[in-house]
Amino acid sequence: MVELNAVVALLGRFPALTGLDLRIEAGETVLLQGPNGAGKTTLLRLCAGLLAPQSGSVTVLGHDLTLGPERRAVRRRVGLLGHSTGLYEDLTVAENVRFWARAAGLDAEPSVERVVGALQRLGLDDGLLDLPVHRLSAGQRRRTSLAALVVRRPQLWLLDEPHAGLDQAGRNVVDTLIGDAVAAGGTVVVSSHELERVRSLSPRVVTLAGGTVHRDTGA
Amino acid sequence: MTETMTTNGTSTGSRGSRVLGAATLLGLATLLLFAFGLTEPDVRLHPTTGGEIGQFDAVRLLYLHVPLAVLMYVAFVLCAVASAGYLIRRTPWFDTMARAAAEVGTVFCGLVLVTGSIWGRPVWNTWWEWGDVRLMTTLVLFLMFTGYLALRRATVDPRAAALRGAIVALVAVLDLPLVNRSVEWWENRTLHQKSTLEELKIQDLTLFTLMLGFLVFGLVLTWLLLHRFRVGWLEREDVQHGVAAAIAERRAAIDEGDVDAAVGEGT
Amino acid sequence: MSRFLADARLVAAKDLRIEARSRVVLNQVAPFALLVLVLFGFALDADQRTLRTFAPGLFWVAVLLCALLAIQRSVSVEQADGALTGLRLSGMSPAALFVGKAAAVFVQLVVLEVLLTAGIIVLYGSQIEQPLLVAATGLLAAVAVACTGTLYGALASGLGVRETLLPILLLPVLAPVLIGATRAFDDALGNAAVDGWAWLGLLAVFAVVATAGGALAHGTLVEE
Repeated sequence: MVELNAVVALLGRFPALTGLDLRIEAGETVLLQGPNGAGKTTLLRLCAGLLAPQSGSVTVLGHDLTLGPERRAVRRRVGLLGHSTGLYEDLTVAENVRFWARAAGLDAEPSVERVVGALQRLGLDDGLLDLPVHRLSAGQRRRTSLAALVVRRPQLWLLDEPHAGLDQAGRNVVDTLIGDAVAAGGTVVVSSHELERVRSLSPRVVTLAGGTVHRDTGA
Repeated sequence: MTETMTTNGTSTGSRGSRVLGAATLLGLATLLLFAFGLTEPDVRLHPTTGGEIGQFDAVRLLYLHVPLAVLMYVAFVLCAVASAGYLIRRTPWFDTMARAAAEVGTVFCGLVLVTGSIWGRPVWNTWWEWGDVRLMTTLVLFLMFTGYLALRRATVDPRAAALRGAIVALVAVLDLPLVNRSVEWWENRTLHQKSTLEELKIQDLTLFTLMLGFLVFGLVLTWLLLHRFRVGWLEREDVQHGVAAAIAERRAAIDEGDVDAAVGEGT
Repeated sequence: MSRFLADARLVAAKDLRIEARSRVVLNQVAPFALLVLVLFGFALDADQRTLRTFAPGLFWVAVLLCALLAIQRSVSVEQADGALTGLRLSGMSPAALFVGKAAAVFVQLVVLEVLLTAGIIVLYGSQIEQPLLVAATGLLAAVAVACTGTLYGALASGLGVRETLLPILLLPVLAPVLIGATRAFDDALGNAAVDGWAWLGLLAVFAVVATAGGALAHGTLVEE
């Protein structure tokens, strides 16, 4: 499903990944941990096809990500939740979720039920559907971007600190979501400092440090 | 390219380039001697009044302005070709060459505008003639490439800078005929010396000096390009060394204790 | 192909919807357009005859200045909170992204041009002798400016100096559009005896090249 060999990735001139080897099978749940700046976010973005490796090989879902067109093809198939929400402030919650779902290539405009369902699963009130995003709190925005992700049903989930900015209830919701994804057979890679929460899913734990894999319980 | 370059340390000079430089200086001196000393000013007799007309001494700038203009185009075409090459092959050689050619071309372009303006002043009685098609086109070209240089300087990521620069350079060069055509239609009159070479008495000396001008400024262009390219190449190598060193440094600096603390695993 | 059009339409609709909600072009750029016309009036002459003579040129300079604002706005909509990353993640073809965003800018420019036309009629006393030529010029120039601007907006995006860089990158390239559109308007407004329709040919070429070239270049750019 995901295979990286001796990957070096640069952010400008800074070597974010300094020669990383990793292999993830389909259906695995992986917890990515490590000190700040270890390269967790870069690794997730690399797997999502957002940056090209400087050297080494990267294969995700059968796509060779050293090639431009392949990177573009893989982006649709993975669900990356990053630090920013990726929402348009002036559009409503429903409009955002619908736009992002259609942008990702869902052939028919996702039905209102599906959008509402996703939002409800994330603990968002129906009444929020037609509110412009700029009127939502940070936690609500996070949940909205998660909803946009859920609606797309990706095969590979790449979650970069999904609990950040959420209250207790919100964090519980994220756990449920991750649990659902795992139960449905998806491959989930979570980078988190909320170690206890994710550990309850008995994931494989990969520790990054200095841009490379330091420890790996699944290796 | 690295194999053929005989640079030593941080200098961009080499035996070949020093010879070239000496030849260039010699050539420049000779050219100036001819242009400002040995050739005749343009003095002709008016067909009816019999008085003296012509460009007089201003024509001497011809020997600088025309070669500069032609070689400026050579530089920009080189930039465009190198940019296209980069877009197709994505090798750093093309990018370094494109940037070097653009910089040298912009310098030449500025000189063309300055010599053109100085030359035009006594002949047209104005520092700038809007109706002059070639001067206007050159000015727009200058502005376009100033923008190119600004963009390159402002973009931090080297790969992005190369890519964006290549697109801007190609668009600029492709846009140029449109600019030229529109300015030409816009002002049918032109004060530019379209028939310079026919109008003046092409004595052997004038023609010779002009050809000498092409040769000398060709040498100047080559010398400047060579050095600017080498500077760019050295900069790139410097960055690469820096990255390799940074990678090694990062890996060496991994501290067990820090990692354990971060992930909450204690002894 | 249908995917391409669907994606482009999606992006264009999204941009226009955002504009409908935030009303930046309507509330800020449109008044700016009128302001420019007024400033020209102050700077030149209180005599309408003078202003009428220069109206075509002033009109198109005003359009270009407004276009800068509209394009900056189009780019900054995507800068807010990682929307640009989201667009890249969606896997939509960059060419479709380009066409969609350029189309939205095109619509906004046409609205501004209509407003400015009313402006020069009222403020400068211009008279539309050939409305068809005015419309054709306006549309073609809007396509040319929208496409070129969207490409350059992408080229300057992500840089801290985008606001100051975009004008110097974009405006020299648009010189033929300015010249061509002004001359066409000279004819259409009865200012000068030129063949405006001939100038339209130049504008048409520019518009076509800008659209095709822009889509192609944008694809290369976003692919990184």
